[in-house]
This record gives sequence, structure tokens and C-alpha cells, in this order.
Amino acid sequence: MIDLAWLIPAFPLAGFALLVLFGRRLGEPGAGWVATVASAASFATTVAVFADLVGMEGEERFRVQTLFTWIAAGSFEVDAGLLIDPLSITMALFITGVGTLIHLYSIGYMHGDPKFSKFFIYLNLFVASMLLLILGDNLALTFLGWEGVGACSYFLISFWFSDEANASAGKKAFVTNRIGDFGFMVATFVLFTSLGSINYDDILTRADELSTQTATIVVVLFMLAAAGKSAQLPLYVWLPDAMAGPTPVSALIHAATMVTSGVFLLTRLNPVLAEAELWSRGLIAWIGALTALFAATIAVAQTDIKKVLAYSTVSQLGYLFLAVGVGGFVPAIFHMVTHAFFKALLFLGSGSVIHGLHDEQDMRRMGGLRSLMPVTAFTFIIGWLAIAGVPPFSGFWSKDEILLFAWNADGIGGKGLWAVGLVTAMLTAFYMTRQVILTFFGRTRFFDPTAAEIDAAASGRVGEVEAEMLAVTEARMAAVAALEKAATDVVKRSDAVSKAKTVLVEATAAVGASTDGAEGHDKLVKAFDRAVKAVNKSEAAVVKAENAAAAAEVEVDQLTAQVTATEARLSDVTDEVGRAPRPAAHVTAVTEATDAGPLVEYLPESYHRRQDQHPHESPATMTLPLVVLAVLAAVAGGLNLPFTKDLHFLEHWLEPSLFGNEAKVAATAGTKWILGVVAVAVGAVAIVAAFGVYLRGRADPAQIERRVLADGWYVDESYAGFMGGPGRRLFEGLSWFDRTIVDGIVGGVARSVTVAGQSLRVLQPGFVRSYALGIGLGSVLVMAWFVGRLFQ
Amino acid sequence: MVLATTDSGDVVVGQPGLVELPHIDWVLLAPFLVMALGGILLITATSVVPILRSRGFPAAFTVLTAALSAAFLVPVWDRIDGGAQSVAGGALAIDGFSVFVWGVIATSVFLVAALLDAYLRREGFDGPEWYVLMLMSAAGGMLLAASQELILSFLGLEILSIAVYVLAALHLRRSDSQEAAFKYFILGALSSALFLYGIALVYGATGSTSLAGIAGARADNPAGLNPLENSSLVLVGLALIVIGFAFKVSAVPFHMWTPDVYEGSPTPVVAFMASGVKVAGFAGMARVLWQGFGFYWEDWRPIVIVLAGLSFVVGSFLALAQTNVKRMLAFSSINHAGFMLAALQAIPSDEFVSTALAGQALLFYLLAYTVMVVGTFGVMTLVGRRGDDAHSLDDYRGLAKRRPVLAGLMAVLLFGQAGIPFTSGFFAKFRVIAATVESGAYVLAGLAMLAAVVAAVLYLRIVVSMYLTGEPVVAHAATDEVAVDDDVTGHGESDAANLDDGDGPIVLPKAAMASIIIAAFVTVLLGLLPGLLGGVLTEAADALAALK
Repeated sequence: MIDLAWLIPAFPLAGFALLVLFGRRLGEPGAGWVATVASAASFATTVAVFADLVGMEGEERFRVQTLFTWIAAGSFEVDAGLLIDPLSITMALFITGVGTLIHLYSIGYMHGDPKFSKFFIYLNLFVASMLLLILGDNLALTFLGWEGVGACSYFLISFWFSDEANASAGKKAFVTNRIGDFGFMVATFVLFTSLGSINYDDILTRADELSTQTATIVVVLFMLAAAGKSAQLPLYVWLPDAMAGPTPVSALIHAATMVTSGVFLLTRLNPVLAEAELWSRGLIAWIGALTALFAATIAVAQTDIKKVLAYSTVSQLGYLFLAVGVGGFVPAIFHMVTHAFFKALLFLGSGSVIHGLHDEQDMRRMGGLRSLMPVTAFTFIIGWLAIAGVPPFSGFWSKDEILLFAWNADGIGGKGLWAVGLVTAMLTAFYMTRQVILTFFGRTRFFDPTAAEIDAAASGRVGEVEAEMLAVTEARMAAVAALEKAATDVVKRSDAVSKAKTVLVEATAAVGASTDGAEGHDKLVKAFDRAVKAVNKSEAAVVKAENAAAAAEVEVDQLTAQVTATEARLSDVTDEVGRAPRPAAHVTAVTEATDAGPLVEYLPESYHRRQDQHPHESPATMTLPLVVLAVLAAVAGGLNLPFTKDLHFLEHWLEPSLFGNEAKVAATAGTKWILGVVAVAVGAVAIVAAFGVYLRGRADPAQIERRVLADGWYVDESYAGFMGGPGRRLFEGLSWFDRTIVDGIVGGVARSVTVAGQSLRVLQPGFVRSYALGIGLGSVLVMAWFVGRLFQ
Repeated sequence: MVLATTDSGDVVVGQPGLVELPHIDWVLLAPFLVMALGGILLITATSVVPILRSRGFPAAFTVLTAALSAAFLVPVWDRIDGGAQSVAGGALAIDGFSVFVWGVIATSVFLVAALLDAYLRREGFDGPEWYVLMLMSAAGGMLLAASQELILSFLGLEILSIAVYVLAALHLRRSDSQEAAFKYFILGALSSALFLYGIALVYGATGSTSLAGIAGARADNPAGLNPLENSSLVLVGLALIVIGFAFKVSAVPFHMWTPDVYEGSPTPVVAFMASGVKVAGFAGMARVLWQGFGFYWEDWRPIVIVLAGLSFVVGSFLALAQTNVKRMLAFSSINHAGFMLAALQAIPSDEFVSTALAGQALLFYLLAYTVMVVGTFGVMTLVGRRGDDAHSLDDYRGLAKRRPVLAGLMAVLLFGQAGIPFTSGFFAKFRVIAATVESGAYVLAGLAMLAAVVAAVLYLRIVVSMYLTGEPVVAHAATDEVAVDDDVTGHGESDAANLDDGDGPIVLPKAAMASIIIAAFVTVLLGLLPGLLGGVLTEAADALAALK
């Protein structure tokens, strides 16, 4: 069976080829099943090979199978071959195993996606590349797989290319990984020049021929490569983005498989690590420990269900780095395997939740899903117990081993590493408990109005009173205008009265001056009568106008009162709306409902539509993998139980791959027990604290979920700031240097490259002449060199 | 005068009045002759029979000529059977190296002819002269690649170059095109002059212009009768020859013409410039430096290392500052030149375990690069649209939506150029870096890796741009008289009266697509099975090693 090991990568590769050719014709779900079968066949082969290996003795379990000569160029010959040993087969087992489950789950998850078959093309290629990476018998093949998974990851992240955010996340992954690849390439060539070979067989058995210095350089370079691929400080930035990408499936494929390749590489090269100086291993351990702590602090404040898991993955990878750095290769692989199980479980569980809640990813909108999605909830809780380090679930055993090795490490600050690891374990238990409570416990907040909806309702309610206010104000202003008009009228009428009185006085005097019977006397008397009448009439008008003014004044007073009342009401309503509970930015009111109160009738359509939706359990293709993974996550600790030597299955099994480089743990049984109890106690405290805060409301979560944590310590912003600022200026500077200084020296003419297309400027002789002069200067330099050779 | 030949190929001496013509093995020369005579036949036939001038015929004729030339390589390969055959009195060496390079040049002609057909139809040009010039240029390149005689190298170089100067100018409506040709010509003439002067100096020092003679002069007399005088002449001559080649292959600092000429010349012509012309240049350079001046490797190797290093840095970093895709690819070709120079410098030292590694690296790179670059410029030919002017990064925005197949092919080709695994580019770069490391030029190898990383960002920019939807942010700046407002999705029907309107939809002619698909296919095939060329590559590289 072992001779058929080449089938392991061949199956997914064949699936890939098949899907490229016929994928579209197969459509949904045919393409998915083809891919799943290819992956399952690969898993079956791996199991068979594994069974063969188990039956063999120590050294025999390390074998190289050369398939064909791949690159032959003189002394530089690279074979396409497979290295079948316990390490590669262990990796292959969980990659194909978990990979098959992911394929199966994707058939359900990708249902209805127009790019259904394309997605499975990437998935199969990804699995094939990953298998090439771990099974290849030389660094070149590993690098091929390394780049292959990178490319697939890029495709999967950018799966919906049209989305600018995904495209830029993909770009980030690509560029960050290229930095790591640089380390890989240089390290490969350093090994080639030192040992004359890049086959693992040669490197591993002849590592002692390397000088300490060379080994150290190689280790640091490979560490750079691994930090890129396994998302360690400072190159981790791409992973959270990658996982926030379009599907939890792509997130998972990263979490369970690809990101472990860096740790795999360092484990594979353990004899080289053993040759390197102690500080380089210490560097690996500390980078891992700090990454673990750093990412865990960020995970505490995330509200996106997938982001928590993404940062958690970065954090757990930090543990693996820590383990490798302190020489704990077995714990590294042990935790890698258990992590693959429980993290896959958690990711698929979160996918199921998102699926069931109609693409809701915000945990503030979840809660109480325990009864609505029982299978998902139950399996997720097992995953939580595993990652939180609760015995006897798998995560406890593997994490405890790593902490033990850290405690035991000499010369690189082992106790410090252990302390950082312990704090991280506490944070892990805390944020995972928080996640479980927010998602599955407490009140179902899915139907609650969202902050945006309440805002909309509030503005609806306030708007109503405001409209009223506007009407009243307008009425009052009309009344005021009427009053003013009346007042003017009174003044005008009064003027008329005084005019009439003047006329009356004149008339009275005229009447008095004339005698009765005199000529015109009658006329004067008549004039006098008229004047009297006019006075009376105008006086009456004044009274009338004064009455009207008084009436208007009353109306104005009334309306003013009304305006004041409405104003008061407006401020009341505004206050009331302001007081209406909104879901907080961090998670507070877990127990109390976010009640819209009097605003209910103002809530927008989206709210009412949601009331008709039903969070539901996912279909069987999705829950079946959950159950399988839950069982594995629960019992995988049995792979390497610490109690007696006989129970160290994984350690015995991996022995041929480790060349005796595994660190020896000197701690006594008593110390081990104490360390274990401390870890359990710390985890328990964190879990209880999280229950207190998030379920019982004993403390304000805002005190814990700081802004700086939610924003990931602003690292992304800083990088972006650098690339947008100084980094960009560097490139612009280079370009400017070329344009201005280089061309300037050459031609004495500063010119802009971008206007080169303008023919008028181009045909100026100075232009070509400047190029010619450049060639001339270059020629002089070349000749100067050759002539200089004469005098050596 | 009586001319006489002997069957043995020996030149009979001592018979005054008789000039002996060397024996010529015509079969060995067949691939070259097919190419050269094909060009002559095409121009003659189309002049005499006007109907043949119609657009399809010259293209089909050129494709067949290239195929026939390549087909003749098979009997030639059988005839040489691993050893070298010298032809024409030792002026040409027909060995594995020549055959391989000839094959690459023929491939380039084959692929470019199909592009040219699509281009000429779209731009409304006819006439066979484009094809004739390309065939002649290719013939010159073949001569250069096989030459054992500096005079013949020069001849080949000039035949190669002059035809390309004219090709660069042939888009009559674009002043850019003429400007490019003008620059190319002036600077090319300058470098040719330097090259020729170098030959003269070398002749003065060694009394020979044949590579064997030059090597022999040093071998016969390691110390030299008058070492200072002889060496100084040789070295200055060598310096000038290196400069001549460095210009042709656009190595920094002799690269300044490249971005301008690439930007201005008709795109299919650029495809040929970047592939056939460069391949011939590198082949000639390898011949002259390795075979003729192998003994002087300590003198020229540092210079080649510096040229390669500068090409890496300038080619990759300055490419990032460009927004015109043609200019980007111009800098990218400078970057590729760095890789080929890195292979070139790794050859001749006796200390090296294997010269085969470097030779194979160079030849593999030449092939992989030729195919990729023709394909890439092929896509650009189509995207450029009528007027050959839509080459800004914005013009590629959303290409995947409108022309998914074209965008997919472009992505494959660009990933190939970036050296991503599963493409030929990966192995090409890998082999070169391995050879560089083995030659002990660690700094150069480091720069090569750095350049590979930086350049990857450049290609990625184009790919991302293609796969983003949305309209171009800025309309194409109207900078010259063939100004085109570049509203990609806008009024699709181009105004037939206005031939310089680059506004039409992207048309995908069958022949051009076939050429691009072949290029992408070969890129992936060589990426999956790099051993496919195994024996041929080994023998071709061994030919050089044996001749050292």
C-alpha cells in the first residue's frame, strides 16, 4: 500500500483537472461531489498508508519514494519524490480528513452560488498543493506547494473579485506572503550551497555538517517564511482579513490547514534547528508567545463571530510557534491536530449560525440560539470546552504539554514564556466563553430592533412633532402679522381723528366769528355740523380698530402659548427618543430586551420583515461534519495522554521524524501536576468571570472591550499609514530620483516621464541626445572597468 | 576569376588565382534559409501579383514560413547528433544551441505573425512589408545566434535591428510610433558603431575576428608576447562589444530607450522586439562572451553582474511607478533581462561544477520568456483597440467582466511572468537563481529574489485591475493628436470614418486568440512539466559547454 502513496496528492489533482475541464457541465451539486470524492479517496489512501506505517519499526517508517527526475541540470538535480514518514502522514491525515469534511460541508454552504463549480476547483487545487507541500521530499517541491496554497488562498479570499474589500484583502495576503517567500528562497539556496542538496533526506541526516552560523541564518530565514505563512507577528495582518472574506469555508481552509504549513516546515527541519544557536530558537518561541497574547487581547473585543475565531487562530498558531521554539515538536504537532479539529468545528459552527440567521455575523444580534439550533449549539459548546482548556477535552492536553515545555525551557526565559502562555490561556477561555454566551445563551436578540432601525424610528417620531411645531409657529407668525396690521390701523385712525378735530376747531372758530344771518353763515354752520360728524365717525373707527387690535393680541398670546407647549413637547419627545434603549457598541444588555417602547410603530420595514424570519438549524450536509468534528475534538486528547509512558502514542509515532531533537522534560511529576492544576484553575476563573460579565451583568463589558482592542491595536492602520505615507513617498521618491536626478544629470533636462507621449517635446533633439549621453556615460564606466583590469 | 570548391571543405591554398569557396552544407542551413528566402519571396510575389497583397495571404505565408523553418530543425538536430557542425568555413556553428535558439526565434515569428494579422486588419493597414521585415529580422537574429565570426555577428545584428527600426515606425498615423523608431534608430546606430569599433580593436589585438581565433590567440600565448599592449586592445574591444549587446538586450544603464520605444511602437512589433530580438541578442552575447572571450571571463563577469544587478533594481522598482501598462511591461522586460544576464554571468569559470546548469537556465528562460511575453503583448494588442492607444491601467479595469477569457489568459501569462508556481516562469526563475547561487554570486542571487518579489506586485496590479469591476476612474488623458476619450463601456460602435478612434469594443480575432492561447498553454505546460524539454535542453546547453 505504501507504494501507492503517490495517489494521495494525485487524487485531488485529478479532481482539479476534471473540474477544470468539466466543472461547469457538472454544475451543482455534481462538481461538489466530484471534488469531495477526490478528497475522500485521498483520505482513504492516506489511512491505508498510515496503517502500513504503523506496522513498521522505527527507522523503516522514514522512507523516500522517488517518482521521476524533475529538474536535472548538471549537479543540481531535483527529483519529484515523496517523503513518507510519521510527520508527513500525520499532516496528510488531518489535511485530507478535515479537507473532506470541508468539501462535504461546502456542498451545503455554497448552495445556489453561481460560481459553485469554480469554488470546488480552488478547493481541490488547494488540497493538492497542501499535500505536495507536506509530502514533497525536497525543499523545491515544498516550495511549489507553498506557493500553490498561497495562490489558491489568494483566489479563495478574492472569490468574489468584484468586491473591492476582498480584492484588497487578497492583495494583502499575497504581498505579506511574498515577504515570507523571500526568506524561504534565500534559505533554500543557503542550504544548497552548504550541503549541495535540497533533499530532506540529505538535509536532515547531514544537518550536523552545517556550521552553527549557517544553521542560524537558515533558521531565521525559514522563520521569516513560516511567520508569513503561519501569520505571526509582524506578518499576521493578512489572516484576519482573509478569514473575514466571503465564506467561512475559505476561513476554515486557512485555519485548519494552510497556516500550519509554517509550523510544519520548522518541525520538518528540526535537525537544522538543533544546530542553530539558542537565541534563534528563543526568537521563535518569543514571537510565538507574544503573537498568542497579542491576538488573544484583540479577540476579546471583536463583535463579528468570525473575527473572534480569526484572531483566535492567530493566537493558537502562536502557541504552535512557542512549542517549536522550545523544542516541543510533539506538543506542536499534537496541538496542531487538536486545533485542526476544534477550530474546524468552531468555524463550521459559526458558518452554520450565520447560515441560519440569514447572513447575520454580529454577535450582538445573536443570543439564545441554543434552543433554535440545538445541534450547532451542542457541537459548538464542545469546541468551546476544547479550546478553553477544560479537561478532559482535547485542547487541555495539548495546550498543557506546550506550557510544560515552555516552563522547562532553559536559557530563553522559559518561565516568562510559560507566564505569557498562561495569561493567553486565560484570555482564550474568557473570549471563547464570551462568544458562546453571546451566541447561544441569554435572550434571542435577533428580532430586536437594530441601532439603525431605532434611529430611523426616532427620527420618524421626532419628525412628527417637528411638523406640528412648524404648523403652530407658522400660525403664530400669521397672527403676529395681523396684530401689527391692526396696530397700524389704530394709529392711522387716530391720525384721522386729530385731523377731524382740527377741522372742527377751525369750523367752530369760523362759526363764532360770523354772525347769524350773515352771508355764508349757514354754510359755515353746515361745515361745522359736518366737522362734528367727521370727528364722531373717526372716533368710532378708532374704537373699532382698537378692538380689532385687542382681539389680534389675544390670538397672538394664545398661539405663543401653543408654540411654547409644542416646543416643550418636542424637547420631551427628543429626550424620550434619546432615552430609548439602543444596542450598545459593545455588548451590554444581554439580559434586558432592547425595547423600542413607544417607538415600535415607527420602526422601519426591515424590522418588521425580520419578525417573519425564523432562525433555523442547518441541513444535514452541514451538521454531519459538525458532529464528526465534535467527537474528534472531545477525544483527540487520547493521542498523547501524559500519565504513563505507554500513553504517549503520538510521541512514539513521531520519533523517526524528530531525530532525537525533542526537548527532554526534566520536571517532576509533582511539578507537572501543579502546572496542570494551575492551568485548569486559571481557565475556570476566566470562564466564571465571563459568565459573570456577560450573563449576569456583574460588570460593564465596556470596561473590558476597549476601543484599542476592537481595532486590533491599530496595527493595520499603522501599516496602511506607512504604505500610504512614507512607503508611498519612498516609491515616489525613487521615481522622482529617476526622473529628476538621473535624467537631469544625463541630459541636463528635467522632464516628466508621463508627458513622453507628446510628440513636440519628444522631437526636441535634446531628448534623444540625453539618452545617447546616458549610453555614453555608461560606456565610459564599462571601459574604465576593463582598462582598470589591466593594472591589477 | 575562377571559383572552385572542394568537397572536403578545406580551403585549398597555394593556388594563386583560385578563391576557394567553402563547402556549404545546405541542409544544416535550411531553417535559416527558409526564413530569409521566405521574406524575399513574399515581397517579390506580392509586388508582382497584387492580389496576394490582400491581408490574409502574407500572414498565412509568414506563419507557414516560420513553421517550415522550425520543421527543418528536426533533420538538422538529427544531423548534428549532439556534436557541433561548422558551416561555411567555420563562420557558423550549427549545434544544439543554435537549433534551440532558432526554434525559439521561429516560435516568436509564428506567434507574432498571427497577432500582426489581427492588428493590421483593425488598424486598417495592408501590405506585406510588416511580415517581410519581421522575417528578415528573424533571419538576422538566427545568423547572430549561430555566428562564429564577429563580422558575421555584426551583420546579423544589423539585419536584425534595421528591420525592427522600420517596423517600429510603421504605424503611420501615430506620431508616437515614428518618434519611437527615431529614438530607437539613433541610439541603435550609436551602439552599433561602438560594437563595430570593438570588433576592429579585437582584430587589431588578436589578428582574428573568428571566435575560435580570438580564443586561440589567448590560448596559444597565455602571457602574450606584449601582454600589456595586446590585452589593452582586447579588453577595450571587449568592453565595446559588451556595450553593444547590453544595448540590444536593454540592460541597465543602456536601457533608457526601452520604455519610450515600447510605449510608442505598434504593440505586435513590441511583442517581437521583446521576444525574438532579445533572444537573438542574448544568444549572440552568450556565443561571443562564452566562446570567444571565455578566457577573459574574470574581466567581463563583474560587469555582467553589475548590469544584471542594476537591471533587477531598476526594472522592478521603477515599474511600480508606472501607470501605462506598456511602460510597465517595458520595465518588466528590463527586469527579465536581469535574470538572463544573471544566467549569462554564471557560465565560464573552471571552478564551477557545472556549466550546464547556467546554460540550461539561460535557454529555458529564453523560451519561457519568449512565449509569455508574446502572449502578454498579444493581449495588450487586443485591449489597445483601434488606434493602439488604450494602454493605461484604467483600460484594464473590469476586463474580466467584459472579456473573461481574455482576462483569464492575461492572468495566466502575468502570473507566469511573476514566476508563480505551475507556470514556466517559476522554473525559469528558479533555474536562474540556482545557477547564480552555484556560481557564487550570492548578492546577485539575493537581488534576483528581491526583484522577483517586487516585480510580482507589478503584475498583480494589472491582474487586480482586470478583476475589479466598475468604470475607469479617470478617462484616458487625451495627450496627443490621436486622443481618445476612453469610456470603455460607452458608445460601442466605433466611428468608421474616424480611424483613430480607439473607442470600439475589444474584438477578439481568431488568429490572435489562437496565438495567445498557445502562449498561455505552453506557459502552464512548462510549469507543470518542466522536464518536457529535458534532453533537448541538456544537449543544447552542452553544446556551449563543449565549445568553451
